[in-house]
Amino acid sequence: MNAEQARASLASTFGVEVAAGVPMVVTVAPDRWEELARYAKETVGCRFFNFLTAVDWKEQGLEVVARVDNLDDNVGLMLKTRLAPGVTNCASLTPVYRGADWMERECFDMFGIRFDNHPDLRRILLEDTWEGHPLLKSYAVDTPHPPYR
Amino acid sequence: MALNDPPVPVIPAPIWRNFKELQEWEALHKTRPEGDKHSALFESVTEGIHNFPGGFVVTTAADAFLNWARKSSVWPVTFGLACCAIEMMATFCSRFDVERLGMVPWASPRHSDLMIVSGTVTIKMAPMLLRIYDQMPDPKWAVSMGSCANSGGPFRHGYHVVKGVDRVIPVDVYVPGCPPPPESLLNGLLLLQEQISHFKKTGRRAPPNVKVD
Repeated sequence: MNAEQARASLASTFGVEVAAGVPMVVTVAPDRWEELARYAKETVGCRFFNFLTAVDWKEQGLEVVARVDNLDDNVGLMLKTRLAPGVTNCASLTPVYRGADWMERECFDMFGIRFDNHPDLRRILLEDTWEGHPLLKSYAVDTPHPPYR
Repeated sequence: MALNDPPVPVIPAPIWRNFKELQEWEALHKTRPEGDKHSALFESVTEGIHNFPGGFVVTTAADAFLNWARKSSVWPVTFGLACCAIEMMATFCSRFDVERLGMVPWASPRHSDLMIVSGTVTIKMAPMLLRIYDQMPDPKWAVSMGSCANSGGPFRHGYHVVKGVDRVIPVDVYVPGCPPPPESLLNGLLLLQEQISHFKKTGRRAPPNVKVD
């Protein structure tokens, strides 16, 4: 499936506007997140899971962003979903992409997003005793951290 | 179980001090055993000579000789943390050649006298840094190299950075720069040698600085 076909099929399947470009940005509701990833992998052929991260839009809630690629046909998809304000739950992509495992652990570590159905959701970079999630805008960077700070 | 709060398994961090043998080992090496007759005899003899009329000439001459020996064979442990380590390696290499000052970069803390903290110290790295410092035999010195090790530098307001390595270990010489060129580090090492030549016979060090923001 080339880029134009992918754009048309994504737009018709998920009923959203998909702008052309590299990568194509697809934004869906959180309840269709895993379905979108499965569609991107199995129908569009995006077998390469590039990265997954999040954006903190303060009072507008968190946004989960993932990039997947079809390296054979040169199709890049930027998958986005906007969580409601105050919601920290999101569907996990690990049933679809095994590479999402550590990315989601990092995302949980830094943003505190709880990925449902994740097999091993715990901190990956910071210690297990760390309090808070540092990449949230509400995190105070000068939080005392005895005995070193 | 609430839906928005799934259980997050908490695995206790491995703390090396929890190991019983290591703990006993540390205690053994931090305190002087009761039956250590040689050290006690040496101290009493030194004190006796020092208190004898004119005996201070002997003890100060002995101190000067020992300090000359100490400062002429400062072996830094290779402890590169970040980009400052590149400049440290350049200092060790042939163009700047600290080996003419008696400094041999050594890959074991057991044989080393100096720790050059070259780079950003993160909160996760600080216990390991302290452990390596504890493994070095007394007398030992520490050089804080670069802005990050001095004060946290450009990462001072990061969430994970120790704001100066002097909160973890006592530091003798601070070398500024980001990163300091080899000339700066060489100057810092010469200052350290100057400092060692005034070193007293006790190997005791001040506790780390307690700083409050």
